Amino acid sequence: MRFSGFRVLKEALTGHHGWKPLWRNPEPQPAYDVVIVGGGGGGLSTAYHLAKVFQGKRIAVLEKGWLGSGNIGRNTTIIRSNYLLPGNEPFYEFSMKLWENMEQEFNFNAMVSQRGILNLIHTDGQRDAYRRRGNAMLLAGADAELLDREGVRAMYPWLNFDNARFPIKGGLLQRRAGTARHDGVVWGYARGADLLGVDIIQNCEVTGFRIENGKVLGVETTRGYIGAKKVGVAVAGSSSRVMQMAGMRLPIESHVLQAFVSEGLKPVVDGVITFGAGHFYVSQSDKGGLVFGGDIDGYNSYAQRGNLPVIEEVAEGGLALMPAIGRARLLRVWGGIMDMSMDGSPIIDRTPVDGLYFNGGWCYGGFKATPASGYCFAHLLATDRPHETATAYRLDRFERGYVIDEKGMGAQPNLH
Amino acid sequence: MLIPHPLLGPRDAQEFTYLGDASLLNRPDGMAEGALDAFNRHVYLRDNPAGVHRELWFHEQGDRSWLVVTRNTLTHEILGAELARDVALAQKGGAK
Ligand SMILES: Cc1cc2nc3c(=O)[nH]c(=O)nc-3n(C[C@H](O)[C@H](O)[C@H](O)COP(=O)(O)OP(=O)(O)OC[C@H]3O[C@@H](n4cnc5c(N)ncnc54)[C@H](O)[C@@H]3O)c2cc1C
Repeated sequence: MRFSGFRVLKEALTGHHGWKPLWRNPEPQPAYDVVIVGGGGGGLSTAYHLAKVFQGKRIAVLEKGWLGSGNIGRNTTIIRSNYLLPGNEPFYEFSMKLWENMEQEFNFNAMVSQRGILNLIHTDGQRDAYRRRGNAMLLAGADAELLDREGVRAMYPWLNFDNARFPIKGGLLQRRAGTARHDGVVWGYARGADLLGVDIIQNCEVTGFRIENGKVLGVETTRGYIGAKKVGVAVAGSSSRVMQMAGMRLPIESHVLQAFVSEGLKPVVDGVITFGAGHFYVSQSDKGGLVFGGDIDGYNSYAQRGNLPVIEEVAEGGLALMPAIGRARLLRVWGGIMDMSMDGSPIIDRTPVDGLYFNGGWCYGGFKATPASGYCFAHLLATDRPHETATAYRLDRFERGYVIDEKGMGAQPNLH
Repeated sequence: MLIPHPLLGPRDAQEFTYLGDASLLNRPDGMAEGALDAFNRHVYLRDNPAGVHRELWFHEQGDRSWLVVTRNTLTHEILGAELARDVALAQKGGAK
């Protein structure tokens, strides 16, 4: 079933009886060539690219809940490639380019909207840092513009420019950045993978690995044993729990990050604005709700909910920047579990167990990575070599002293 | 979250900053055999359990003591708190 304008028209005229489920619900086979653990954005994108680009056969995605029940269904949907370090920026720009073609490629509306992201500048030091970052972005083929105060004012005249502590002095703008519909991305990749023959198996939790002589043979699941020549794990916030079953300890802590949506308002924020100094960022959904967030709560958590102090802090940051929203009501608050790595950057690598591969450490930024995370993981699973944009994402980089620490915070996950 | 400070009674967790797993108290001996590996594990690798976790909190906006707090990471329930100094001394074999 292909989606098209013609199809929508035809269904509208014939009572919408022709729409079919977007993917099958197959029973697990006894064995596969590749089993992907985790049906979030990373896992589904991996399966899709493995089947499509690398012509992999007999692939399954095992998801313990329903598709999109993890972070992919909980995030604030910002996509961007405005990183600084050479280990990161080419990867995220590769991802950005994949976003730009994804909807045509998998024939599904993921509502990718390149509405631009603006990082606010308040000091000379910050302007220098952002100019350097902008140059790094340009070098990697991304777009970047440095705006002065008047440039920011032309875009968002209603921001509080003269906050006593953080007056707005300018901003770093990436016009190609923006947002996408998180569920649309899940469904698009799931449907795309299913059409290419991938078995997507929900309500199937991996409870152990069968490993003999240092080689993985398959996975134990709540729906029985499933054999696999290769197993790729992409379980985000559950990374430590799952890899522990293969006897590994990871350079990762799990932390909770909260997000917020206000009642529907008239269009006011047409891009994404980040106010890093105030621990606040915001965009507006197509339904009118302000979608915003701030920092992680800062302590280890698997609770998928946060605490009130961060809600207060984020609200304060929002009001400092946008006093006009003072009367808007908050509709919903929720949390997701972040796989915070020790340097704030992800891992896409083999593991000491033969045939077992790991993808994780996405921190609070793995949504934008969804296309490239899957593409590069598929590349690794298919060829046993890292994709050229993901060569720095090694599991042993900490031990070897090759950390990719964008913020320069050291091995302190709650500061990344 | 309220942290039951052993000296000051229940205090709002907001008064504290969080460091991480209490195993950070056991700094490896840099001169020992295999120190490189021990430091890699100490600095970078974590158990990161879903459930009971012993962790270091610093009472920054209070009496500036370090605590070892026992907390459930699945529910955020706080099960107890001790002075990190006492924990560290006990680990070193009760020396003063
Ligand atoms: C509030 C919030 C805001 C965010 N905002 C942004 C943003 O604006 N931009 C951005 O780029 N990123 C953002 N992120 C981060 C982003 O959502 C994550 O980094 C990314 O979704 C993680 O990859 P994933 O989609 O594969 O993870 P998930 O969707 O969490 O997928 C992992 C899956 O593995 C499954 N699983 C776990 N254990 C098992 C098991 N034993 N067996 C089988 N399956 C298992 C889980 O059920 C889950 O579905 C945000 C996250 C949160 C919570």
